[in-house]
Amino acid sequence: MFSYTVRRLGSLIPVLLGMAFIVFMMIRAIPGNPAQVILGQQATEEAVAAMTKELGLDKPWFIQFWDYLSGLLKGDLGVSLKTNSPVSEEIGPYLMATIELALIAMIIAVVIGVNAGIISAWFQNSWFDYVAMVIALIGLSMPIFWLGLMEQYIISIQWDLLPTTGRDNIRDPVEAITGLYLIDTLIQGRVDQFFEVIKHLILPGIALATIPMAIIARMTRSSMLEVMRSDFIRTARAKGMRMFWVVYKHSFKNALIPVVTVIGLQTGLLLGGAILTENIFGWPGIGTYIYDAILSRDYPVIQSGILVIAFLFVMINLVVDLLYAAIDPRIKYK
Amino acid sequence: MKKTLALLLTGILALSLALAGCSSSTSKEKDEGKGGTSEAKGGVLIYGKGGDAVGLDPAIVTDGESFIVTQQIFETLVKYGEDNTEINPGLAESWEVSDDAKTYTFKLKTGIKFHDGTDFNADAVVKNFQRWAQSKDEGKFAYYASMFGGFEGDEGHVIKEVKAIDASTVEFTLNRPQAPFLKNLAMPTFAIASPAAIEKEGDGFTKNPSGTGPFKFKSWKPGDTIEVVKNDDYWQDGLPKLDGITFKVIKDNSARLNAAIKGEIDLMDGLNPSDISKVTGDEKLQIFERASMNVGYFAFNVEKAPFDKKEVRQAISHLINKKEIIDNFYEGTAEPAKNPMPPSVSGYNDKVEDYDYDVEKAKELLKKAGLEDGFKMDLWAMPVPRPYMPDGQKVAEAIQASLKQVGIEANIVSYEWAAYLEKVQAGEAQSFMMGWTGDNGDADNFLYTLLDKDNIGSNNYARYANDEVHDLLIDAQSTADEAKRNELYGKAQEIIHDEAPWVPLVHSLPQLAGSKTVKGFVPHPTGSQSLVNVSLEN
Repeated sequence: MFSYTVRRLGSLIPVLLGMAFIVFMMIRAIPGNPAQVILGQQATEEAVAAMTKELGLDKPWFIQFWDYLSGLLKGDLGVSLKTNSPVSEEIGPYLMATIELALIAMIIAVVIGVNAGIISAWFQNSWFDYVAMVIALIGLSMPIFWLGLMEQYIISIQWDLLPTTGRDNIRDPVEAITGLYLIDTLIQGRVDQFFEVIKHLILPGIALATIPMAIIARMTRSSMLEVMRSDFIRTARAKGMRMFWVVYKHSFKNALIPVVTVIGLQTGLLLGGAILTENIFGWPGIGTYIYDAILSRDYPVIQSGILVIAFLFVMINLVVDLLYAAIDPRIKYK
Repeated sequence: MKKTLALLLTGILALSLALAGCSSSTSKEKDEGKGGTSEAKGGVLIYGKGGDAVGLDPAIVTDGESFIVTQQIFETLVKYGEDNTEINPGLAESWEVSDDAKTYTFKLKTGIKFHDGTDFNADAVVKNFQRWAQSKDEGKFAYYASMFGGFEGDEGHVIKEVKAIDASTVEFTLNRPQAPFLKNLAMPTFAIASPAAIEKEGDGFTKNPSGTGPFKFKSWKPGDTIEVVKNDDYWQDGLPKLDGITFKVIKDNSARLNAAIKGEIDLMDGLNPSDISKVTGDEKLQIFERASMNVGYFAFNVEKAPFDKKEVRQAISHLINKKEIIDNFYEGTAEPAKNPMPPSVSGYNDKVEDYDYDVEKAKELLKKAGLEDGFKMDLWAMPVPRPYMPDGQKVAEAIQASLKQVGIEANIVSYEWAAYLEKVQAGEAQSFMMGWTGDNGDADNFLYTLLDKDNIGSNNYARYANDEVHDLLIDAQSTADEAKRNELYGKAQEIIHDEAPWVPLVHSLPQLAGSKTVKGFVPHPTGSQSLVNVSLEN
């Protein structure tokens, strides 16, 4: 297991290198000079030329790429063209905000999605099954920005239950330590703020959870159906085992592998796909950070931002692979 | 199952904790030790905006999202009127201009301190100007170079010398008269910063700014909030009225309005015209309208056929129904434009008579140009909402429909904004939509910047070149006499109108929404303003 983990981590290097190269080439292929974008419409030609030079964008691409790579090896993620600060310093708070939101969204998606899938499979072709799968279909095709605005309008404004935007009460802001506000408020012993943070997490959490929830529910259902038709389940039931245990212990454990895969994939996708949710809910996350960087052609931020997400994505996949071994003893890594 | 889930979540949590270690806390609290006074009346205003500030050093940044914050922290020597661009005393209480308009002597207010405790005086002013003029850094101090003709030693540089006569007197000597000189000085970008803080902070000054303004910088959570708190030593008695301002980023306009309706924010800019009825229908909210200092236009690349023919340009000018566009896409929050600059700017020629909406006249003109059967063209539509153009795509479709009446087939083209700007600037578009928001409220900043032959390849996207116009504009640039300048600009507008390189569409009135408790807020035409007089009252 240990050597497998080390090998998996080692294989990360070429993946990330390739990723860095692809992103590097892609953003340079799209038109739009960062200097022009940063200086705005008002800038003179000379100013644009001077800025281009200052940013090192007049050098050949391979020298730029080499500079970037050698910086990476020293743990330097580059300097934002727009704000002139190191990306490694800037990216932290954004990343933490997204991780907190993605975590909550995944908890919502997994708890509801998995259970909906199990119950749908258990009572296949019942009204619950139909309703759940129709909702899952709607969830899959619902535009997040619309859902988000509707949540705000109905739940926050009409029913006055939850706040519309932000991570905390702006009039009583949380002091950031780790950047994960749920933890920060507890460290500071601010239970009131802790619940405030939870309240702020619910609506964007649901918006972000909708699609993975639907996918997880469908995957769980079909995987469960397959397992429940197999011989050992029939045997268990013939022996008079209670249906609840048959479903939740025997069947689900065996149906888990594809479900875990989907959960892993969806978690990774959430990290990068949170842009819309973040925009709507005033959430200062990494999706927004990279999106803004793309609009202003802030190359180092785009490159390093995507690299960091890719890294997390691969790490999540690693965790998923390790989980396989834990779930299914037949899978052994030598 | 529980165990698996717990394991997965713990894994992610552990990972995130590890990453938390490498994040620096940029939101360090820099409380000035006055934390306990916030229950005093005044309160903290929450200002919702669509984007984060790029930096807080006003000399370097160029975007409105930064200026709305720096305007609370910094002040300029002279400042604009509350709702216009007339010049009023700022940090300078009075000034004298020599007869040849080349020497400006400013008498500074005394007893003012920067937020870091150092004195504001003539030396500080000199050091600020030296910082810009001697940097020779176009990339950094772009606005300085563009407003004052480059840097020290450059041929076109306007400011010859800035000298401290005594602690409270500064003398500016110019190489040549510059008519909009005072208006330039009032731009938020030329605010006076603490030289001691600039030296101490170095590049970090943009994240820890220090000026003389009514509010002091407190904290910045990137992408989220910027907090400023009351400057208790502010030089104007009884001001500011607020205890502080928190700027909160909510990118989506509708979501920002939702937050305003819910009372989470007190004031917001960037209200969609289509959402105005939601605000007027809410008894807790009020609308603020910003006077227009912009122009949204539809322009031709006059170097490309068939738009190199004046008749074709005039024909299309007759085909665009501005009133309908304003009613349908601006919800009435704009006025039709007939000149390339808004009426709020001094020198506006109201005598110019707009091309009336007249299909028959258009047909006649096309016939004259030999194009009575119409033609095919590309019409570039703006991909992003801008204050002067809330929905470029729809306006383009309206124009497309109008052109069809005379057999002109317009093909709508659009690119992502950065690419759009670059391509239009490079002259790739045949006809395009664009707009401009003025920097300093001067006619020069519209007519010369946008339509002079000197600026082809820069902001003269229509690539319009007319020597007569050029002479008028250059003449106006070096004339200090306001009446004489206005006459020159009036003439230039007549010629431009006749030549029709543009169809000026609208001067839009950007809308803001706020809680009814917000008092004393006057939106400034330049797009951002000091909130020194604003208060929250029930």
